Amino acid sequence: MGFSLRKDKHGVVVVGVDGQLIVGNRQELKQKVLDSLDGGARKFVIDFTPTGYIDSSGLGVLVSLSKKIREQGGDLRLAGLNEDLRTLFELTKLDTLFAIAKSPEEALAAF
Amino acid sequence: MTTPLRLDVRRSGIGPAVELWLEVPSALEYVGPAVDLIAQGCPSGTLSPRRVAFNLRTALAEALTNAIAYGNRHDPRRMVHVRMEITPAAVHIHVADDGAGFDPGAVPDPTLPENIERENGRGLFVLRHLVDHVTINDKGNAVCLTLLAG
Repeated sequence: MGFSLRKDKHGVVVVGVDGQLIVGNRQELKQKVLDSLDGGARKFVIDFTPTGYIDSSGLGVLVSLSKKIREQGGDLRLAGLNEDLRTLFELTKLDTLFAIAKSPEEALAAF
Repeated sequence: MTTPLRLDVRRSGIGPAVELWLEVPSALEYVGPAVDLIAQGCPSGTLSPRRVAFNLRTALAEALTNAIAYGNRHDPRRMVHVRMEITPAAVHIHVADDGAGFDPGAVPDPTLPENIERENGRGLFVLRHLVDHVTINDKGNAVCLTLLAG
């Protein structure tokens, strides 16, 4: 359980969300991404391939991060959502707010 | 998290129903462990593993968060009371707090354009979409989530 960060060869930060993104761990994700943003990173992919569930607090932190990254001229993309998680984004209409790719590779290629 | 959570399992003497009881302290760091404990303790057969892993877990996390944050207002002296009843036909999850309650009709639609970029306010909306029935008592401090078998 937790978050893994890596940088691809073009400097895009890929964050893996292992297990869950919920009210109890959302601040940890927020801090890790904001630290990278402060460190100069501007392109981010959040990879939900290893994620079981996301609650509304988790969705909220993604909205907040997306806004902060855009304010710095950056871009946040999501990837690897399973069918249930994809439905969650659709019913909350957050699929209109985020660029969502099938896989992290596809998200990286789209930058 | 300092207080260990303890799941109490009770089997009905006559029918096939099983009840799980859990008391959760009013701090948000308990939400994840409480959801894990209940999902792992839910007997197989009524809900598919996929619905336990996603619908039950997410809906329960929303209900617990609401109870802790808006019901008990993070007051460590107050507990959130969870009772889950599992029958062959359905799973019913009762989540109650000791707060003053809320008016579900006063919660704005988070999918409206003016609300879409708000960080908070999606909990009840998500909850309603992930289970088959949601009932809220008149006081507004107890919800019952029903997931029908399947």
